[in-house]
Amino acid sequence: MQNISYLTENFGKYDVFSIDSYINIGGFQSLRKAVTMDGDDIATILSDAKIKGRGGAEYPMGRKWSQARAVKRPHHCVVCNADEGETCTFKDRELITNDSFNLIEAMIIAGWAVNAEDGYIYMRAEYSHLRPRILNAIKQAEDRGFLGKNILGTNWNYKIHLYSGAGAYVCGEGTALIRSIEGKAGRPRMKPPFMKQSGLFTRPTCINNVESLSLVPHLLRDSTPYLQVGTKESTGTKLVSVGGNVNKPGVYEIAFGTTVREIIYGLAGGIQGNRKIRLIQFGGASGKISDARILDIPYSYEAFAANNLIIGSGSVLVIDERTSVIDFLRYTQDFFLHESCGQCTPCREGNRHIRIFLEKIKNGTYTDEDIQTMKTFAKVMPMSSLCGLGETAQNALKSAFNIFPEVFASRKQTEAVG
Amino acid sequence: MEEMIKLKINGMPVEVKKGTKILQAAQMLHIDIPHLCYHPDQRVKARCRICSVEVIGKKRLLAACATECWDGMEVFTDTKVVRDTQRGILQLIMADHEENCLTCPRNGNCVLQQLCSRFNVLRPNLTHVSEAIPVKTTNPSLVHDPEKCVKCGRCIRVCKDVQGIEAIGFAGRSTGLKVTTPYGEEFNKTDCVLCGQCTVVCPVGALVEKDDTNRVLEAVFNPHKVVIVQTAPSVRVALGDAFGLPDGSIVTKKMVSALRMIGFDKVFDTNYGADLTITEEAEELIDRLKNNKKMPMTTSCCPAWVNFMEKHYPDEIAHLSSTKSPMSIFSAVAKTQYAKQENIAPENIFSVAIMPCIAKKYEAKRPELGRGGIADTDAVITTRGLIKLIKYIGIDFCNLPESEFDNPMGESTGAGAIFGATGGVMEAALRTAYEWMTGGKPMPTLEYLPVRGFDGIKEAQVEIAGHTLKIAVVHTLKNAAFIMDKIRSGQCEYDFIEVMACPGGCVGGGGQPVTTTFAVTKKRMKALYMIDRNSKLRKSHENPYLKKLYAEFLEKPGSEKAHQLLHTHYHAREKEFDFSK
Repeated sequence: MQNISYLTENFGKYDVFSIDSYINIGGFQSLRKAVTMDGDDIATILSDAKIKGRGGAEYPMGRKWSQARAVKRPHHCVVCNADEGETCTFKDRELITNDSFNLIEAMIIAGWAVNAEDGYIYMRAEYSHLRPRILNAIKQAEDRGFLGKNILGTNWNYKIHLYSGAGAYVCGEGTALIRSIEGKAGRPRMKPPFMKQSGLFTRPTCINNVESLSLVPHLLRDSTPYLQVGTKESTGTKLVSVGGNVNKPGVYEIAFGTTVREIIYGLAGGIQGNRKIRLIQFGGASGKISDARILDIPYSYEAFAANNLIIGSGSVLVIDERTSVIDFLRYTQDFFLHESCGQCTPCREGNRHIRIFLEKIKNGTYTDEDIQTMKTFAKVMPMSSLCGLGETAQNALKSAFNIFPEVFASRKQTEAVG
Repeated sequence: MEEMIKLKINGMPVEVKKGTKILQAAQMLHIDIPHLCYHPDQRVKARCRICSVEVIGKKRLLAACATECWDGMEVFTDTKVVRDTQRGILQLIMADHEENCLTCPRNGNCVLQQLCSRFNVLRPNLTHVSEAIPVKTTNPSLVHDPEKCVKCGRCIRVCKDVQGIEAIGFAGRSTGLKVTTPYGEEFNKTDCVLCGQCTVVCPVGALVEKDDTNRVLEAVFNPHKVVIVQTAPSVRVALGDAFGLPDGSIVTKKMVSALRMIGFDKVFDTNYGADLTITEEAEELIDRLKNNKKMPMTTSCCPAWVNFMEKHYPDEIAHLSSTKSPMSIFSAVAKTQYAKQENIAPENIFSVAIMPCIAKKYEAKRPELGRGGIADTDAVITTRGLIKLIKYIGIDFCNLPESEFDNPMGESTGAGAIFGATGGVMEAALRTAYEWMTGGKPMPTLEYLPVRGFDGIKEAQVEIAGHTLKIAVVHTLKNAAFIMDKIRSGQCEYDFIEVMACPGGCVGGGGQPVTTTFAVTKKRMKALYMIDRNSKLRKSHENPYLKKLYAEFLEKPGSEKAHQLLHTHYHAREKEFDFSK
């Protein structure tokens, strides 16, 4: 398995509190290049690299930027989504911690590309300890003329603002995020209007994940190493956050196409105590689950889709045999029951009833009708919820219906076997 | 030409204007997509999700209330996945809804009840999860029963978008989400002014008025009480809706018959009080103009507006006309001059007011509106309350014979009738003030159109006897706040401002039937102007019984006696909880 560090190239190479040290390793060269380019050409580079949004929604990033540019309303802004609320996802934290200036540079390039006046970083409350390094990076970039008025003599003005969340998972959802920045309760709203038309403070808004943005300066500098790796549909590299019952949990940069086995048993050092894998959840709490049968599939968008999985936020949560499937589902359900904003009926009420059904299964007090009803509501929620939270909250459960049908077996059968 | 869009719903073609939502497109085909949070007068919320429908090419269902039609769109409202989803959402709501339909004030006109009937939900398949939450009833007007709340957000929208008050909002998250006042405080301690608009838009029994109908029936059955009733101008144009008559039907005379059958001893008309209010208010306006007193003068007949001034602009209450509202001016005369004339002890008169309003319940309890510890108005019931009373006694309302109000306080003019519509008080006051200021010359056109209509703020200048009277007519408190801010900052040059808190005035009041919408309100406004047009007398000061009252009892408008009986004062009510600090 090849060791790759494309996005993580700068990690440990410079002092993240010193702009000089960043400039010494080539920092802001990409920005200098970007301001000589047309925004559409920058978006084309992203499209050529086939970058899909790394936050979890997997929206093509180049297309997002072109669409943002095409909106003719004034006062564009760029938002960096650093809410990173998906369970077992901590890659953005590593990027902010180890390469703060790269993110700032990326934000400025994004601002240039979509012709924005302001950039906002929305960072989850739990990362408050990272605020000083971001604020320092913004300050030093301002002092050097990379931010503020007439940036690099282009006559273009741009500022970056840092906002912290207050701990709600749902604020990672774009519309909830902007409401939170606006000082309102962080509850999603319906779309349209779409963010690109009317987002933060009703301004045209282009919102990207930390990892997606962080790729930009690297790609502008030299995209060749990125384009050379990956699979047919999934170009380049990806940060995976591996956690759970593995020996070496952490963030690893991999080339798309690396097998799941290589990630878990190679990079993450295998399962604690050499136990068996009960299940693996990919892409955070809203992701889907499978078991050891998928260990040898390549980690790529296309292979995952073929196996009814999603890359999502890039998390790999490994659960060993000590935890039962039903317990895992209960914990996941508790998470959504806590994190639903409560606005729309299917999500607010659906989560609590599915939680009740799971408890019945755990206690062996369910009826066959309960299973049918639960399956109905596991469909009603994604079909009709207002936002992505309700849409994806039952992903784990729905994949469990396929992968672990025995958990939901008919009571009559269970009793006959028992 | 507006751009038109062609789509199909359940295979049936329909052509709609660009921007039309699926819900409205379906209505054009006479398909009623179930909906709950949707309200025709409000911005789309799309939160209940019960209007989810299938659209070809979309993986998920789309909310019909929120989704604009596009050309070539194919919608299905009747597939299995749509039914399962809509019915599933209904079951989710029911599981969190206190089911005591039999004793619920909204039994019979509850949107949730209608949906359950439509979806034939016979047996719950989900664990009942609603939690008992204390009902809030510590004010005279409004009852909040959170356990019945379906979290549709209609009440919050009307409070914020129409009234600009924001006394209620959503708090909490997930299953803890609730509609609440700030920190769960009682309504009277919040910014709430008891306008009651939330009780009109609430689809269930979560926000309702405090019911006084049973108390009224007790009085009717009490042999020692002379129970008199007065009916506000806008009740007679709203009542018929509830009995299947077209919106805005004028049912004055059937209503009078019904009130007699309920057992009221005397059936009087608030319009008489309105004539009296106009007479005093016109005199007050002339006095303020002549003697350079506090200007501009604003009307004070709307109790939610008065509450609003006392709570939100306590430093500006001197602008309020001191003239009592038609309800209270009526009751004051009833318990004094009328009691004397009929030789009844005031304490034996039980004075009932039927109002399109729940803030009137609060007004009736104001200690300054009574004497010797006896309130002038003993009970206020809403149009909705009257509907209940009529249904209780089992009258076939539509086929009732017609009858007339009792005298003397049943006589009124067209000017009294239009009190129920935004602009009506202004128009009525102008008819009288103009004549008095010009020494008896009637207004060139009695129907003063610049103050009519549904616009939020209407302005006009009236030339009267060499004086230019600058007037403004405002409805909804959001608009009122806009005007008051101008007055407070001294940028306001008006002489006389009419304010009504509810959209359209009392015809759209917080005590009107729950089927009230802006469209219905406009029909009721038309009906009031029709009543005026068909009246023999159209100027308040021409009311013969009023003339008699002044001649025999009150001397003249604005006299000391009139001031004692027909005028009141206001209290600055500093906020107990100022959340802005």
